[in-house]
Amino acid sequence: MKNFFKSKTFISILASVLSIVAGLIIGFILLIVFNPPYALGGLKSIATAGFSRADKLAKVLYQAAPLIMTGLSVGFAFKTGLFNIGATGQYTVGAFCALVCGIQFQLPWWVCILAAMIGGAIWGFIPGICKALFNVNEVITSIMFNWLGLFMVNLCINNMPKMLADFWGASNKDRTGALASANPSAIIPKAGLDKLLGSNYMNISIFLTIGIAILIYVILEKMTFGYELKACGFNKDASIYAGINAKRNIVLSMVISGALAGIGGGIYYLSGTAQYTIVKSLLSMGFNGIPVALLGASSPIGIIFAAIFISYIQVGGEALQPEYAKEIIDIIIAVIIYLSAFSLLVKNILGRFFKGDTSNVNDEGAAAIKAAPVAVPAGEKSGESAGEPVGVPVGEPAGEPAPGDTGEKAVPVSDADVNKEEGGDQ
Amino acid sequence: MSDYVIEMLNITKRFPGIIANDNITLQLKKGEVHALLGENGAGKSTLMSVLFGLYQPEEGCIKKNGEVVKINDPNDANALHIGMVHQHFKLVECFTVLDNIILGVEPNKMGFLQKKEARQKVIDLSEKYGLKVDPDALIEDISVGMQQRVEILKMLYRDNEILIFDEPTAVLTPQEIDELMEIMRGFKAEGKSILFITHKLNEIMAVADRCTVLRKGKYMGTVNVAETTKEELSRMMVGRNVNFKVDKKDILPGKLVFKAEHVSVPSKLHKKNAVNDVSLEVHAGEIVCLAGIEGNGQTEFVQGITGLTKMSEGRLELLGKDITNASIREKSKMGMSHIPEDRHKHGLVLDYSLEENLVLQQYWEPRFQHHGFIDKKAVRDYAEKLIDEFDVRSGQGPITTARSMSGGNQQNAIIAREISKEPELLVAVQPTRGLDVGAIEYIHKQLVRERDEGKAVLLVSLELDEVMNVSDRILVMYEGEIVGEFDPKQVTVQELGLYMAGARRQTGKGGRA
Repeated sequence: MKNFFKSKTFISILASVLSIVAGLIIGFILLIVFNPPYALGGLKSIATAGFSRADKLAKVLYQAAPLIMTGLSVGFAFKTGLFNIGATGQYTVGAFCALVCGIQFQLPWWVCILAAMIGGAIWGFIPGICKALFNVNEVITSIMFNWLGLFMVNLCINNMPKMLADFWGASNKDRTGALASANPSAIIPKAGLDKLLGSNYMNISIFLTIGIAILIYVILEKMTFGYELKACGFNKDASIYAGINAKRNIVLSMVISGALAGIGGGIYYLSGTAQYTIVKSLLSMGFNGIPVALLGASSPIGIIFAAIFISYIQVGGEALQPEYAKEIIDIIIAVIIYLSAFSLLVKNILGRFFKGDTSNVNDEGAAAIKAAPVAVPAGEKSGESAGEPVGVPVGEPAGEPAPGDTGEKAVPVSDADVNKEEGGDQ
Repeated sequence: MSDYVIEMLNITKRFPGIIANDNITLQLKKGEVHALLGENGAGKSTLMSVLFGLYQPEEGCIKKNGEVVKINDPNDANALHIGMVHQHFKLVECFTVLDNIILGVEPNKMGFLQKKEARQKVIDLSEKYGLKVDPDALIEDISVGMQQRVEILKMLYRDNEILIFDEPTAVLTPQEIDELMEIMRGFKAEGKSILFITHKLNEIMAVADRCTVLRKGKYMGTVNVAETTKEELSRMMVGRNVNFKVDKKDILPGKLVFKAEHVSVPSKLHKKNAVNDVSLEVHAGEIVCLAGIEGNGQTEFVQGITGLTKMSEGRLELLGKDITNASIREKSKMGMSHIPEDRHKHGLVLDYSLEENLVLQQYWEPRFQHHGFIDKKAVRDYAEKLIDEFDVRSGQGPITTARSMSGGNQQNAIIAREISKEPELLVAVQPTRGLDVGAIEYIHKQLVRERDEGKAVLLVSLELDEVMNVSDRILVMYEGEIVGEFDPKQVTVQELGLYMAGARRQTGKGGRA
């Protein structure tokens, strides 16, 4: 037991927990500042709403599934020394491939997910091969491919009449057709979970993603393949010296990373409760993988919990309305995420405190620190234009207030259309 | 007023699982050069970090001029006029020399830099102590020896009276070492006190007045250098007699193991070839040594034959098979082992554990993996065997992070890994660089043992002692070419030096036996 308190795992967990607590405290202060009488109740909502009702829990898990995938995508790349900021592009292309298979070609859900995986993998492969062959920084290429992916998908969907909602009897044509009317077999099976939790959001995707996370864990920790990938991440020169094909591993790592994000896009839009909406801003789900990976210390198992937590607090934030503006929960999450970036620092301090040495306990974080300045502006950019800095875009059920109706809206009205982002009401 | 400017009395510093400094006393007189001698991991750096305020000791106290002082961080040390030149320089690469020197103590008026007076002070200091530097050169453009002078000027600029040098000669050429010794004598004449951390006995004999010896964290005593010998010091340091001469029996070289023909390797620095048309052969049971001054193509030649960089021309043969285009992994499988020059860059994955590093070349072999899964037990068993056999010391055994091991043991781990592969050809590049006499002796023994077992050894070394002692055949490299071939028994160091400096060359060069 004594050893456990000195272990890296314990220190990582403690660091993440500390940043969460600090984030909540700052959040509470914000709540007091904005609307004092409701502050305590608000904090309670954030902390408990996710577990308050079965359907809330369903929503937590529903949003967590794609977050786990994008978190895994970023975390896996971190572990192998790469910074995949292109998760959002891979996520978008993955979503597109899944929807084309589902709506255009009327294929079953599992084929759609495979297609999403392949789509994301291709979108990861290109930055990977550029890095391996021409030593082009993957951050630059993958940011470019985020935009390329987004506009390519928009262009394609605009020119594929069968994909659009109006083909399937709806009135709008700025989003893809609802799967329920277009191809129910493409909806991920619910296996009775929807009835169990009383929510249409629930399906098996959370179990699917947890399974994938465990698979990634096994690859990284138990297999020679993971040994090679991590060796390349830690020290490329030494891996070349050891006869490891570093270039191949960079490409493979980006392909796997892209595939993971692609699956994330697939499962979100195959849930049957979301429709892809044509927007001009990058989808934040991909960027949210970065904080999830940081909060989870790039460990596949940590990422599961980090994604569920972010999703949980998001659902809690929705319960703050109407006393508070919707944005407040985004601020709180942003604070936690900023602090989770600090958690790398906290980890080192804790590491010294518990171990009395200065050896680097956050090895896999190195890539994250290096790339952090790039990550933050990109994330903010998407946040500003989408009005949801870290918000998990959700298809709101008809009964709940739509984003535009909450009164204290800070975003200009002209952005309101964009603001719907990918959520389509079902 | 005490005799001593600095006294570290009964210092004890513990780290989990290890006592780095166990009741150590070090007293530095004003105006002396005081050497601190010890093997890697003896606790020298820890002791100096305590003095510099980087660590707090659990027991003991530090006195300056007889008064107890508390040093909480390097700023406190600076205020007490203690300065340190670290082994790895702490300079801003893209700043000029002057900017680096004044960094942290910039003279300013209302926030505006006043470089003019700073420049004059730097120039005065550099003239006074013979530390020639160009204040406007960028750090990245100047040589390592020059960078060290900048570090020294940094201390002088801050009016430091107690100067700590942490292994200052490890990165210098022989000429630069001589200059440094001269500079140190100058400081001494000025009344400055010098603490000189080293494990090179020759330098202690040359420049130090007194010497404090540490062994495995314990205080072994302080001696007057004038009254002692190298042998005596090394016995204090490693706890046994050290044999400076390598015991080697005469054996006749056997079959041809490795042949390189007309190898050329392009340079990364300039357009010319770093290695130009080099041919050599290495036979079973012989140690062939590539000697030369650093930067004459030895590094590039080894990287070319091992596959780390691409050769532009040439042909390689290992045991009669053409391996010119073989991958690194294929070469490794065919029996080439490589102890790389840079153990941190190439030799180890520092964030991996010791056991993971010990299988770095072999993790893919069937005995360590089944269907793509690493057999952790087999790895552990193998690592424990190697640790035992080669006496690799570390805090937590196989699961120690390589980064936390001492330099000597890191090298030891690499040697254990490469030799245990049972190679036909062992390529060793500066295997003893930065190591202490005990470790050097051990590594030389390992190389000779490989040779006696009929392996071929290609050794690249910059140390003439090593070249003369260990090798069976010496090839001198100068500007990317082999300029001479010698039998170590029939050549003098002086003669080798002439070839290494390019003053002479043999006609009909080439490495054939």
